[in-house]
Amino acid sequence: MTMGKTDMSERPRTESSIFVGTDVGSSRTKVAVVNPDKELIGYSIEKSGTDFTATADACLATALRMAGTNQSNIKAAVSTGYGRNNVTCADSTKTEIGCHAKGCFYYFPQAITVIDIGGQDNKIIKLDDHGHRTGFKMNRKCAAGTGAFLEEMALRLDIPIDDLNDLAPKSTEMVKLGSFCTVFSATEVLENIRNGKRVEDIVKGIYFSVVKRIMEMDSFTEVVVMTGGVTANNPYIVTLTEELIGRSILVPEHPQLTGALGAALFALENNCS
Amino acid sequence: MPEEKKVQLKRLNSSKVLGKFMAEYYYELDNAAKTGEKKIAWCTSVGPAEILRALGFLVYFPETHSAMLGSSRMATDLIPKANAVGYSPDICSYLTADIGAYLAKVSPLATIFKGIEGPPKPDVLVFNTNQCRDVQDWFNFYGEEYKVPVVGIHSYVGVQDVTESHVASISKQMKAMIPLLEEVSGKKFDEDKFKEAVALSRECSDLWKDVLDSASAKPSPLTFFDGTTLMGAAVVGRGTKKANDAYRELIAELKDRIANKEGAIENERFRIYWDGMPVWGRLSMHAKLFAGLDTNVLASTYCNSWIFSALDPDDPFDSMARAYTELFIVRADDPKEKYIKDMLNFFKVDGIIYHDAKTCPNNSNCRYGMPQRLEKETGIPSLTLNGDLNDLRLVSDEQMKTNVEAFIEQLEERK
Ligand code: SF4
Repeated sequence: MTMGKTDMSERPRTESSIFVGTDVGSSRTKVAVVNPDKELIGYSIEKSGTDFTATADACLATALRMAGTNQSNIKAAVSTGYGRNNVTCADSTKTEIGCHAKGCFYYFPQAITVIDIGGQDNKIIKLDDHGHRTGFKMNRKCAAGTGAFLEEMALRLDIPIDDLNDLAPKSTEMVKLGSFCTVFSATEVLENIRNGKRVEDIVKGIYFSVVKRIMEMDSFTEVVVMTGGVTANNPYIVTLTEELIGRSILVPEHPQLTGALGAALFALENNCS
Repeated sequence: MPEEKKVQLKRLNSSKVLGKFMAEYYYELDNAAKTGEKKIAWCTSVGPAEILRALGFLVYFPETHSAMLGSSRMATDLIPKANAVGYSPDICSYLTADIGAYLAKVSPLATIFKGIEGPPKPDVLVFNTNQCRDVQDWFNFYGEEYKVPVVGIHSYVGVQDVTESHVASISKQMKAMIPLLEEVSGKKFDEDKFKEAVALSRECSDLWKDVLDSASAKPSPLTFFDGTTLMGAAVVGRGTKKANDAYRELIAELKDRIANKEGAIENERFRIYWDGMPVWGRLSMHAKLFAGLDTNVLASTYCNSWIFSALDPDDPFDSMARAYTELFIVRADDPKEKYIKDMLNFFKVDGIIYHDAKTCPNNSNCRYGMPQRLEKETGIPSLTLNGDLNDLRLVSDEQMKTNVEAFIEQLEERK
């Protein structure tokens, strides 16, 4: 796994021109603030909750504090994600596909396939070496292969979702789950518990199921980048995907933030054009 | 806060003429059903309507009723009623919506046309499996309910080239149903009337083709969404003079638009080809979504399905057999791909959208690698939308919207 990094060490203390990207996902809201040099100078991630506008405002306040600046310095702002129309500070919107592509290309400027695993949807986006999209896929209608699937399975196993990542590598004999459907998978999990299977082996099987769903969506080009909340909170899923595709995967420094960062970069571009 | 663009859809004036045609059509059927003055045949949308007209039947097409159940958004609540009596939620949602409506004794006809309670009772049901097997099951259900005969043509599927043996077999099946139809109609089959019906159908097909071909103009005077409602007369009225007159008016209006460089949407920047069925319950939403993105979905496999250029009144049976077998839906992937490639060229298309309708595999052409093959050959990008024609439980509006917006962004990057 290779990490793309942003260098935040040399930036000046106060920025007088800033560009904001807000990604309101079904599960988390993310804000990224960049300066005219395209440097990420502030960010924030919070649970989206039910009041998207309030969450986006709160997130923005945190990110601005981190950037050492304030709202009056915002030159342009773009919102994306499920709640993109609920963001007070935004003057335009872009799709999450476009923003993730932009954010990933910023870290890895080459032809890439982006796998983004979010709370309720997955995306696979293919970019050429100019960063132009050549195609994309979103998951169909259900939760299979998303963060929601992991949450449901953790619930069935009665363990905190944050524990999954450490349990899976301890598996010695993975339990394969056969079903597409989250509810049927939950039944399979219960059945395996009843049959005395080890939790570690079931958890690995759960991750395996997520990766399989992703691999069914599209083919991958040579260089693969993984992003999204599930990737950020479950680095094991990257390891497992690497194992399955037989090559190393690139992960940006803030995997959950690429959409917001892409939105901020669009804001910067819009302002300059 | 980002402002969502408000889109006002443009209407074609002649859509009123076609609306009037549809109203008269349903009232005539309703009257016949109530008075018994004329016999009524139910027919599949690409079934042998011309034979039925030659025998004096008024012809009713249940698929149009199902499309109305879809566009009125009644379908989703009715489908479960058919599911409950054994028709799976995975099969044709035209069938399940229509049978559900029958079981619940409701119909959009009753809401739209005052005095009409529902579909006219059939005297006979006539299907052609050229489009799918579901129509046979659908008609058999009503055959039992109404205690009337069901006859049909069993067509070929996945046809590579339409050969003489295909034509001979279908033609023979058509002729074989005539004695029963004569018995039900109480009339002798009249060859001259048959030829006349075939001639009118051919004329209707040519006029409908002119309507659809007008979308090759830049900007296009027509959208796919217009087409899905304007095609009503080509489906239910082919073989009648009235349908043809209605289309003549429409063509004149489209020609005016072309001459004035007036597009069906403001500011046409992208031109899209739609493969598959419409999402009937989302016609207006989708029309607005695309128009708001300066994108015109202007041509489709679906609307073109009612073009029957092989029809020839001098050779009525064989030419009908050929026309109803030559159809896109009946064909193998090779001829289908060639057809789509020709359409992409003719309509000068920037992108293609495949609608993968969960309950109609027959009209969902994206399931065996076609999008990938065509994209590789033509370089024209494609997008697949998962949804359904009638069952809105299978449609995620947000997913569709994001997919469409992202696709148009992708096209923008190429400009
Ligand atoms: S072609 Fe599709 S929509 Fe039409 S009747 Fe058959 S299954 Fe239903």
